[in-house]
Amino acid sequence: MLILAIDTATTAIGVAVHRDGADPVTSVVLDARAHTEHLAPLVARALEQAGSTPRDLTDIAVGTGPGPFTGLRVGLVTAVTMGYALGVPVHGVCSLDVLAEQALAATDADEVLVATDARRREVYWARYARAEDGARALTPPAVEPAATIPEDTRALPTAGRGALLYPDAFPAVLPDVLDVDPARLAAVARRRLAAGAPMPVEPLYLRRPDALTTAERAAR
Amino acid sequence: MADAPLVLGIETSCDETGVGLVRGETLLFDAIASSVDEHARFGGVVPEVASRAHLEAMVPTIERACREAGVTLRDVDAVAVTAGPGLAGALMVGVASAKALALALGVPLHGVNHLASHVAVDIVEHGPLPEPTLAMLVSGGHSSLLLVPDVTHDVRSLGSTIDDAAGEAFDKVARVLGLPFPGGPHIDRAARDGAVVIDFPRGLTTGRDMERHRFDFSFSGLKTAVSRWVAAREAAGEAVPVADVAASFQEAVTDVLTRKAILACREHGVGHLQIGGGVAANSRLRAMAQERCDDAGIELRVPRPGLCTDNGAMVAALGAQMVLKGRPASDLGIPADSSMPVTDVSA
Ligand SMILES: [Zn+2]
Repeated sequence: MLILAIDTATTAIGVAVHRDGADPVTSVVLDARAHTEHLAPLVARALEQAGSTPRDLTDIAVGTGPGPFTGLRVGLVTAVTMGYALGVPVHGVCSLDVLAEQALAATDADEVLVATDARRREVYWARYARAEDGARALTPPAVEPAATIPEDTRALPTAGRGALLYPDAFPAVLPDVLDVDPARLAAVARRRLAAGAPMPVEPLYLRRPDALTTAERAAR
Repeated sequence: MADAPLVLGIETSCDETGVGLVRGETLLFDAIASSVDEHARFGGVVPEVASRAHLEAMVPTIERACREAGVTLRDVDAVAVTAGPGLAGALMVGVASAKALALALGVPLHGVNHLASHVAVDIVEHGPLPEPTLAMLVSGGHSSLLLVPDVTHDVRSLGSTIDDAAGEAFDKVARVLGLPFPGGPHIDRAARDGAVVIDFPRGLTTGRDMERHRFDFSFSGLKTAVSRWVAAREAAGEAVPVADVAASFQEAVTDVLTRKAILACREHGVGHLQIGGGVAANSRLRAMAQERCDDAGIELRVPRPGLCTDNGAMVAALGAQMVLKGRPASDLGIPADSSMPVTDVSA
């Protein structure tokens, strides 16, 4: 199995290439405004460093967000297009799930919070519990201002850049778990694949487009 | 031309997801998925709605283009994509997808200019472009007069709109007249039952304007004039003669467009005029351009309406010219450039 993992749901543009029995090759660039520019060259370089070509890939895993829309779509469309062109399956994984597993590896706590930057003074967040194999989501991913998340939830060890942006709201930051680790994403996808779990490649937008229909405008 | 290069072109600069396949100078298939019905609910194109629709439509459209063209992706020799100008978020979906294809297939990528693609598409319709060609591109996003010595690397701007694009004026006037979005086809239809009885202004056509803005256009004053005329009728409690207003407005737009296009041909000694963009589907524009070109001894080339509106075939057509003329491929790191200048043919 040779899996390519891609995540563009946060400031980080992350790529990993993981072959069975070998250490994953990981490349991450931090640049919230240039996902389109960085991603394809990162994929090309990671494959080369792993001594592979695109044709060797057997699976592609991609973070489905939630995350700022334009960057998120760059990762998703790259994954589904490569998957189609190469004839390999593409697996979607909620990006917050990956951060939760990174968080649980970085702390002894039994529960963690993930809070990423949703812009507009809001965060994408979800609460997780330690489970036998990884992290189990206790809440579905949501988007709202940090201050309206329940206080007991905000007190948990918190991963993601949302915690850095709103330090008053999140007292227990995990400073080493800010962005999705694409190698961890690959590992989550492999485990779910082995367990036969469905992994739909559906973007988690959580917000509708900012526009009113003509009917809605008339009703105002 | 069995060994001519097979190029797959991707276009996502506005609300159409287009994938075209061109071999050399022959169009194999042009697949389009449009989100226009979704935008109609909003009364105009909503960029985020367009971007979401592009992501959903991308792979199915590539798949359909290949199936209908009877080729597989492994046959593709190069991938071309609209790198700009257009809606930033929408462009990014196409550019990222094209890079993924080029990378997966191990073939060169050509990021190209949307406007140059509108010119190049006529090659698959009417054969090689005369050099130079004079091109007038009129749509909801652009209104430009271009002098095109070589569509693969030398495109010069003679003029463009200084405010609204021609298609935008059609949309706005349609709204004033209570006609649905997109306005172009509805005004065209309404105008058939009307007469040109109102003398609406022709922007940038008199004295000093013809010195300073010789080949530029302006349509916002025309739109305002139509709104005022309609408002005055309504205020007087009179019925608005929608067909006559549509016909008179359409006449004013096409008069200015064709007059300036023909003047540009004459002054630059060009014997060919090509019209592209969604407004080129307008029946009055086509008829008037034909009449005036005939009078001036200029050959008029207008692709069929489906190739005038945004599509993937035009991008593939320009990409194929790039390959045939040995132009260098683009880097995998190119951006989607929402304000790409018309003079930059490739990214
Ligand atoms: Zn266009």
